[in-house]
Amino acid sequence: MIDILSKRYLYFAISLLVILPGLVILAASGLPLSIDFTGGSLLEVQFEAGKAPQPADLVALYEKEGINDAQVQTTDSGTFVIRSSFLDNETRDSVLTAMETETGSVVSVIRFDSVGPSIGKQVTSRAALAVGVAALAVVIYITTAFRKVPHAFRYGVCAVIAMVHDVAVVFSIAGIGAILFDWQMDALFLTALLTVIGFSVQDKVVVFDRIRENSNILRRLDYETLVNHSIVQTLQRSINTQLMTVEFLLLSLALFGGITLQEFAVILLFGLFSGTYSSIFVAAPILVLWENQEWKNWFGRRKSAA
Amino acid sequence: MTRNLTNRIVMIVIVLALALWVDLSDKITIINPFSDTSLFEHDVKPRLGLDLQGGMQVLLEADLPADTKIESESMNIARDIVQQRTDALGVNENIIQVAGERRIVGEFPGLEDSDSVLAIIQQTGLLEFVDTGDYSPDPGIALKTDFAAGSSEVPTPTPGPEDFGAPAPEDVIYHTIMTGSDLESVGVGRGTLGDYTIDFVLSSEGADIFAEHTAANVGRFLTIVLDGTVISSPSIGGAIPDGQGQISGSFTSDSANAFAIQLRYGSLPIPLKVVETRIIGPTLGEDSLQKSLVAGLIGMVIVLLFMGIYYRMPGIVADLSILFYAAIAFAIFKYFHFTLTLPGIAGFLLSTGAALDANILIFERLREELRNGRNLATAVDQSWTRAWSSIRDSNLATIITSFILYWFGSTFGATIVKGFSLTLALGVAISLFTAVFVTRTLLALFLRTFKPTNFERWFGI
Repeated sequence: MIDILSKRYLYFAISLLVILPGLVILAASGLPLSIDFTGGSLLEVQFEAGKAPQPADLVALYEKEGINDAQVQTTDSGTFVIRSSFLDNETRDSVLTAMETETGSVVSVIRFDSVGPSIGKQVTSRAALAVGVAALAVVIYITTAFRKVPHAFRYGVCAVIAMVHDVAVVFSIAGIGAILFDWQMDALFLTALLTVIGFSVQDKVVVFDRIRENSNILRRLDYETLVNHSIVQTLQRSINTQLMTVEFLLLSLALFGGITLQEFAVILLFGLFSGTYSSIFVAAPILVLWENQEWKNWFGRRKSAA
Repeated sequence: MTRNLTNRIVMIVIVLALALWVDLSDKITIINPFSDTSLFEHDVKPRLGLDLQGGMQVLLEADLPADTKIESESMNIARDIVQQRTDALGVNENIIQVAGERRIVGEFPGLEDSDSVLAIIQQTGLLEFVDTGDYSPDPGIALKTDFAAGSSEVPTPTPGPEDFGAPAPEDVIYHTIMTGSDLESVGVGRGTLGDYTIDFVLSSEGADIFAEHTAANVGRFLTIVLDGTVISSPSIGGAIPDGQGQISGSFTSDSANAFAIQLRYGSLPIPLKVVETRIIGPTLGEDSLQKSLVAGLIGMVIVLLFMGIYYRMPGIVADLSILFYAAIAFAIFKYFHFTLTLPGIAGFLLSTGAALDANILIFERLREELRNGRNLATAVDQSWTRAWSSIRDSNLATIITSFILYWFGSTFGATIVKGFSLTLALGVAISLFTAVFVTRTLLALFLRTFKPTNFERWFGI
């Protein structure tokens, strides 16, 4: 049988390697919040009849001016409503000039306003609070569901630690994406994050369930072997559910989907992969670490397990 | 078992037929065969989000003199209230933003009738319980109160029947006992005659005032006034000590809901007027939508193929039950007017992956049992029994998470969280049903029909 658990400190190191760079970037440069959270400018323009461009042309035009988050909508009165990050008067004028040269039409400004965020500050902090309460409920639920296993409380705590790990991975990927591809955290990011949280615990419970079942059947095995056994037994399911189904869907969306969905798909791809990875390589190893009380050997004498 | 299996198959066919009916029509009607009138009608047109279809844009402006300085904080509160009130109309993806210093831009997907939104935005929702003594004004009459007049100094004029020189009732300023701010919770109920009522519970402070007033004024009228207009004027039947009450009037289901929403989410700090409404186009290009749909389909086909090739017969059964899952879920989204956005559809595709998880858990068990040399019937039974605890606990954990998110989302007006969690919980619940009920029944049917003996060919082991 494959020995997965003996290299547990290596897995922890890998996790840190994925999580730390992105978090350092975010800490240094701040969260790259999109206009959903920060607000921006709303410019409404009208072109001469017959000379109106396609919405996609206007997005491209904004990009040429260095603004890559423009959203364009047409209205039934023949005008265009364009939302973007804040434009100062200078940028606005150069955008308008570019519009006139590109279309050869006189551009009349119907409205130019600054707009507030569509997702208020309170919503974000409340969402965070909700996730906190949900985590607490998960600990209570798992502790109850595993009450026949010794130290049931640990399973709940480990599931939540692994969930925090998955959230950290999502933030880290967003941070790295912000540097490399100018990604922004928008309403879709919040949705992706919640999806990862929603499915994270589900995956942990499947592995824990096998430990619960085996601890009744294989009483004589020591804990580490028992947990290792359970991981190996559920490995095929983890691979099939995660890699073969969910990741295929997301990969397809990331590769062939519209540009608006790509960032969302990539973040979910990493986040949900992390959800499965952390069941096997974070949650279960921490259970063993806790059972062996390995932290007593961390300092002072040399490491025992790694 | 044969009977049982037949019953299950009949039930599956009925559910599937209902789901497909909703999926494939824009409106469902049940005709009364005796009178040719429709017994039941429900609009099930898919409601597409602002990104896919566009919607109605409403521009609101503070209804105050142009030189009045408006605090940005008040505009933000007004924005939150407008968001909460309009979201309470359904499962929406509305976008509400403060624009400039005195305007709010609201966008509502798939809406054609602007009146319902406008009505709900414009009313300030000031509810008053007014002591009108022996006078019982008819609903719809405008009433002056000392609270709305802005001064609590006004003495309590309670015209009695013996007051011959009393002014006409409409000129009297009546005393407001309390306002909607003393309400703790508000809901819509049905009265004894099946009419719609507003049921409310008062805060403990409000309950004390209410108890005291009702005890001292039995037989007199307590008039309920919304934004200066009488809603109803019941007489006090007896002391109401527990702070619970009911407002009846000539409500329809819609107006009762709208009223309850106004009371629940309080009054606007600033009066708003509608400056402009118009129809706006989608934020996403047709191109982006097409690409994403094709990408989703490609992904789906790969997943279905994988299941069939890897798990063989059970895999094909799981594929059928996933299509079944998709049909039910889409029907529910349409029936309850969920707003479909592109990320929403992506999330829905993902949930099919999660729905497969239960099937995969069971099939992996099945292969284990078969490898251990059990006969087919025992192996199938065992795989379900053994996999059930992990399916139950893992899905319950997700459902608990989504309920807490939903509760927070709706209590604190975090719409995006609310919509997400509802979809997640529904997806998990339907996937449980299809895995445990549909897959199992179809697999039993297949086993009976094909009587497989070659495990390698039929189960891929």
